[in-house]
Amino acid sequence: MSHDTPASGGTSSTGGTGSHQAGAFDIRNIIGALLGLYGVILTLAGLLGEHEPAKTGGVNANLWTGLGLLVVAAAFLLWARLRPIIVPEDVDPPDDDPTRPAPKRTRPPAT
Amino acid sequence: MSLQLAPVVPMATLIDASWLDYLLVAIYFAFVLGIGVMARRSVSDSIDFFLSGRSLPAWVTGLAFISANLGAVEIMGMSANGAEFGIPTVHYFWVGAVPAMLFLGVVMMPFYYGSKVRSVPEFMFRRFGTGAHLVNAISFAVAQLLIAGVNLALLAGIVHALLGWPIWIALVVAGAVVLSYITLGGLSAAIYNEVLQFFIIIASLLPLTLIGLHRVGGWDGLNDKITAAADGAPAEAAVAPAAQQLESWPGQALSGFDSPYLSVIGIVFGLGFVLSFGYWTTNFVEVQRAMASNSMSAARRTPIIGSFPKMFIPFIVIVPGMVSAVLVQEMIDLKNGGSPAGGASGDGVTYNDALLLLMRDVLPNGLLGLAIAGLLAAFMAGMAANISAFNTVFSYDLWQRYIRKDHADDYYLRIGRIATVAATFIAIFTARIALGYDNVMDYLQTLFGFFNAPLFATFILGMFWKRMTPTAGWVGLVFGTLSAVAVDRLAAAGVIDLPGQGAAFVAASTAFVVDIVLSVLVSLVTRPKPVSELKGLVYSETPREDLVDPDEAANPWYQRTIPLAAVALAMVIVLNAAF
Repeated sequence: MSHDTPASGGTSSTGGTGSHQAGAFDIRNIIGALLGLYGVILTLAGLLGEHEPAKTGGVNANLWTGLGLLVVAAAFLLWARLRPIIVPEDVDPPDDDPTRPAPKRTRPPAT
Repeated sequence: MSLQLAPVVPMATLIDASWLDYLLVAIYFAFVLGIGVMARRSVSDSIDFFLSGRSLPAWVTGLAFISANLGAVEIMGMSANGAEFGIPTVHYFWVGAVPAMLFLGVVMMPFYYGSKVRSVPEFMFRRFGTGAHLVNAISFAVAQLLIAGVNLALLAGIVHALLGWPIWIALVVAGAVVLSYITLGGLSAAIYNEVLQFFIIIASLLPLTLIGLHRVGGWDGLNDKITAAADGAPAEAAVAPAAQQLESWPGQALSGFDSPYLSVIGIVFGLGFVLSFGYWTTNFVEVQRAMASNSMSAARRTPIIGSFPKMFIPFIVIVPGMVSAVLVQEMIDLKNGGSPAGGASGDGVTYNDALLLLMRDVLPNGLLGLAIAGLLAAFMAGMAANISAFNTVFSYDLWQRYIRKDHADDYYLRIGRIATVAATFIAIFTARIALGYDNVMDYLQTLFGFFNAPLFATFILGMFWKRMTPTAGWVGLVFGTLSAVAVDRLAAAGVIDLPGQGAAFVAASTAFVVDIVLSVLVSLVTRPKPVSELKGLVYSETPREDLVDPDEAANPWYQRTIPLAAVALAMVIVLNAAF
């Protein structure tokens, strides 16, 4: 992962000229959030909901899947926390390509 | 409107979902749309929109690469094959996918990524000029619309089976959801969602497989039950012997050949070479994922990283199919030659229902919702991938080059969004075509034969033979496709008598051979491009250092292309020997 940089002690995203962390837009946080939410719901369903041993052959499938999802979610959130993606403030604009008719870049890249 | 509006009446559903299942599905859709909204904030110009600014790490694009392919056909079709044929279905993965993915990463990706093309047709433009480009761009755009229709039809079929909604409502709703997240965020959102979908699919299919195996008494219990079922099946059901269902080679049940030698040859050359290399190396839907990565090294590693999950996906799609065939009463009846009522289509159970019926029988409410979310996710992934690839090719390769040149970047971004809306709308109608086929897999294989086989032939010849001329480029494509269509029509008329996908395979092989032969003949009598224009496009004219990432040598072995590919190859050989 060439984006990976050593943990920077959580420098914030508002530092004027430098760079900022991808934060919520980091896909690892999104994966962690969704799987974690599913993990919580399934764990609760396994503990509180009706158990259907006839279907699963006696295993509390909701509970075990829920716990498994919680572990995976925690791993993703931890990974994102330990090695945040740093988004540079200035991204190189793509070159104009002489072999194609257009587009001519008529405006500066939006910030 | 040619849509036939079915009467809106409450229907019996195949699967009983509770509020808990609906909650899990609703959370998934909230995330999907949320990603679109978030991605929109970071979309700055059209490069960002179409290729995500080439900023994604290799593991993200690698999973998206697999997820773009882990659609309806993969999950439903392969579990159906698992129920019918058993273990030999793994050839679709270990012979029919992994070697081609490694070849793409090691050999072909440097040309794609290094030449900075935004699409496969654009590569054709650089190599062969206008003729081949126009032919390829149009045929690609048409193919994407037809295949998006297949995905949409399957998606709507599942919604219909699970929720009981009429097909036409399911079609429109599914189309609207896919549309909203692509138009909101572009390829970035599509790729992010694909990675998310990958995890949801694994999270739902893995428990399904484990619980299923638990119910039949583990792997040994499954083997015993399949052996007993095969021995006890009536002769007229034509069930493959247990030995053939439990060993991958020589796979006669799958290939349809009686001779084991012909079967091995058929699988290795037919499935493993023409169809598989043609599909994986020229399919822009997949290649586009790799081009969104942040370096040449990451682009080359994208299909290679993808090959690792690809190797193990058979265990969570084929095994549930095999379990379903010995555990679910309808499937047992079907395999014994019966024709039980019910099924997703409503016209009787087919092997396509293997996975759904197993879910119904073994998953408790809660996990069931997760599985439904996973299936919906997979089908949406397939369609979204088609639509975003269409979008890129239409706006850059057709509109910009042939219709309106020299407009500002904003303009093409806007055209891209309009094309997305139009493509989704058209897909609702091409879905009606797909619904007209008894077996959607046949239809899909036929389309691949038309579009991918000749493209692969032209590509591989053009990449390794500098003498190949621009005229040969478009002539080969046109006549390759036409010959495949001709074979298909002859088969449809009954002149060529081959079962199911046999005709599609012969059509693809014919297209490949016709394309190569015509390209060579035409090249010998027309003028080639000057050698100076072929740098980065033809193997012999490209300096070796342009084909590798200079920074890659400093990485540890697991972040380098060749060692990673070697590990993947070794693993897939071990898997072939083990099963």
